Amino acid sequence: MFNIFIHLVLLLVMPPLLLGVINKTKALFAGRKGPPVLQLYFDLIKLARKGVVISQTTTWIFVGAPVITLVGIVMAGFLVPLGPFHAPVAFTGDLILFAYLLAIGRFFTTAAALDTGSAFEGMGAAREVTFACLSEPALFFALLVLAKMSGSLVLSDLLHAPLAVGSQGAAASLVLVAIGMFILLLAENSRIPVDDPNTHLELTMIHEVMVLDHSGPLLGLILYGASIKLFVLSAVLLHILFPFQSGSVPLDWGLFIVEMLVVAVGVGVVESVMARLQMRHVPYLLVAAILFCAFGFVLLVR
Amino acid sequence: MTNPSEMLATINGQAVALEQIPRHDLATFQRIVLRETAHGQRVASYFGTASGNPGGIDVFMVLANDANSELNLLSSRIEGDSFPAMTPDCNQLHLFEREIAEQYGLRPEGHPWLKPVRYQASWRPGHDAWNRPEGQPIIPGSGDFYRVEGDEIHEVAVGPVHAGIIEPGHFRFQCHGEHVYHLEIALGYQHRGIEQAMVSQPVKRALHYAETLAGDTTIGHATAHCQLIEALSGCKKTVRAQSLRSIALELERLANHIGDLGALSGDIGFLPTAAYCGRIRGDFLNMTAVLCGNRFGRGMLRPGGTGYDLDAARINDLRTRLDQGEKDAANAIELFFDAPSVLARLEGKGILPAEICHTLGIVGPAARAAGLQRDVRHDQPSGIYRFVQLPLSTWDSADVFARAYVRWLEIRHSIAFIREQLQALPAGSIQAPTGPLKPGHLAVSLIEGWRGELCHVALTGEQGRIQRYKITDPSFHNWAGLAYAMRDQQISDFPLLNKSFNLSYCGHDL
Repeated sequence: MFNIFIHLVLLLVMPPLLLGVINKTKALFAGRKGPPVLQLYFDLIKLARKGVVISQTTTWIFVGAPVITLVGIVMAGFLVPLGPFHAPVAFTGDLILFAYLLAIGRFFTTAAALDTGSAFEGMGAAREVTFACLSEPALFFALLVLAKMSGSLVLSDLLHAPLAVGSQGAAASLVLVAIGMFILLLAENSRIPVDDPNTHLELTMIHEVMVLDHSGPLLGLILYGASIKLFVLSAVLLHILFPFQSGSVPLDWGLFIVEMLVVAVGVGVVESVMARLQMRHVPYLLVAAILFCAFGFVLLVR
Repeated sequence: MTNPSEMLATINGQAVALEQIPRHDLATFQRIVLRETAHGQRVASYFGTASGNPGGIDVFMVLANDANSELNLLSSRIEGDSFPAMTPDCNQLHLFEREIAEQYGLRPEGHPWLKPVRYQASWRPGHDAWNRPEGQPIIPGSGDFYRVEGDEIHEVAVGPVHAGIIEPGHFRFQCHGEHVYHLEIALGYQHRGIEQAMVSQPVKRALHYAETLAGDTTIGHATAHCQLIEALSGCKKTVRAQSLRSIALELERLANHIGDLGALSGDIGFLPTAAYCGRIRGDFLNMTAVLCGNRFGRGMLRPGGTGYDLDAARINDLRTRLDQGEKDAANAIELFFDAPSVLARLEGKGILPAEICHTLGIVGPAARAAGLQRDVRHDQPSGIYRFVQLPLSTWDSADVFARAYVRWLEIRHSIAFIREQLQALPAGSIQAPTGPLKPGHLAVSLIEGWRGELCHVALTGEQGRIQRYKITDPSFHNWAGLAYAMRDQQISDFPLLNKSFNLSYCGHDL
């Protein structure tokens, strides 16, 4: 019960901190002071108190999409075990639900973007969906490797496979899957080199351009949901990157939080040292992610 | 060689009497212009003026013969409300002819794309090239745009209100998915009527109009203006003033080039250089402030000389700042050009080949990036540039990388130049007296601003008052180059290409 409580608290409270850490890392690399680590919390409070402007050409989808996306990603967060602990919800085949909870968020975000009828938002939606076609198979291959390793179709079990197996034979495929999953993490959360969360240039945006027309609390929900997505996917990646367990419950939770912050710093470093890919080359990167995960699978079943 | 009965050869910053300029009938005029541009002369300016006899419009052509460092002048007169367009045979005139059509209501017959330039009302009431009703406001960007037809072609309209803090302009893309077939740019949102204001205002105020014509080219335009007034008044400025002016001009170039490289870096999400260049640009702006107390150089220029002098203490201060600035800029910019992910983003993007640069009359770093040896400091030198040669910075790949790299080459040359000037600043006064303007004269003043050639032309009437003031900002030539470079590119690369040209909206809109 205690662990479930901590799981929920971390899932709902910690995500904006990760973005704060990423932005702070980027600022340090650029020789700037950067915004406070807690900036996104301040932004969310500010947005929650603002009014909303809604275009007359939009329908309920425009208002509903941020809510559905947020609910979807929080539910996905219930399925993913954090650290060595079990997830609050677990059943056979929940990995399929996990993948499609992510997808339903994307579906409604793109639908809301198309709902506005703006040329930019349509362009962003097209890009988002195109790239999703490639990131989804990568995710499935990664989960497949872990399912094969653990012999289970429950996320709580299969994500703990690296911890349980820890054998020499699996190490190679785990390295490949970790690389694939890291690319997936950057792509799914619209980070550099796939997307640039800081750009103001609407023609180059992918995710940001789809939410240009959202304002106030709705925008707050979107930003909050995006940070939870980063949290959830990082939690998945952590199982592969750091399959360690101390045995003591408080120490394991502390370890989990530190690992999470390390991933955030890692994302910040990647964003600082490289330029964004040209849009045309993004699929190459995502195909590489698929190949990494697929080769991981091949190594495992060989 | 120039035939004196056809064209008058003069040099940058010299006044000539109006009656010396050969005046031809329109057909001969056009024949000479087409022949000379076909032989490599460049159109620096082409404008009309209603200052002559009523009923017709006098047109003046300024051709730049860069190989001989001379300017050729000739004129003609257009009677009636239309004239045959030269654009189909000489593409670099396309915007000049549209401008004449807009300002004087003269229709260039056969112009392939006759649209307003700035959406301003005609200067000759009752004459309008598009027969628009008089007295009604003209909305910028209104009218038809070039369209590509097809089931899957879609149009993307960007601006005039943009997401960043930039000037207004409207961009219309014809796309197939991410692929751009055609881009048309509509400007004019910032039209303030500067050319008319320069005529009706006293000469002293005109300087401030020149300074604020395009805020990032304050020194460039103010220098071009002062040089023009000096030419028309026969003022001999001192060597010290010329040297101080060139220091200010190169500092302006440095600040803007560094800012541009930082902005390019920001556009592709390469953070370190973006952040550092933002600060280093500020350091160079502060050097201009050491010079004259204003970061953008306002008040530095005065007809006859400069507004401020440098003493030994400030020369030392400038040299220390310059050394530090050079080191910082080298660190930030070399990091940029050394990163493979940056080069992958810049190389092969937005190619504007040399022959197109010739055709469209592209100037400045954009032309030099295509290998053209086109630099006013080199081809049509004035002031201190007649004595001190700056190396030409060219590259030949004509892409975004080349435009960025030429800027980096120029940064290094400009720093070396300023250092040289500071080391041996000529002694003497900074101000020479300017007299009244000579009546019935025309003068051309060219300056290589950081964006390219700035051309100011003035024509004085019988009382020695300015009757027509023509300004050509490099952006006026180069916007068409951006539209061309965008063809067959990805629409997501547009901000990057746009930044690699970094053209001025207000310099175009005047």
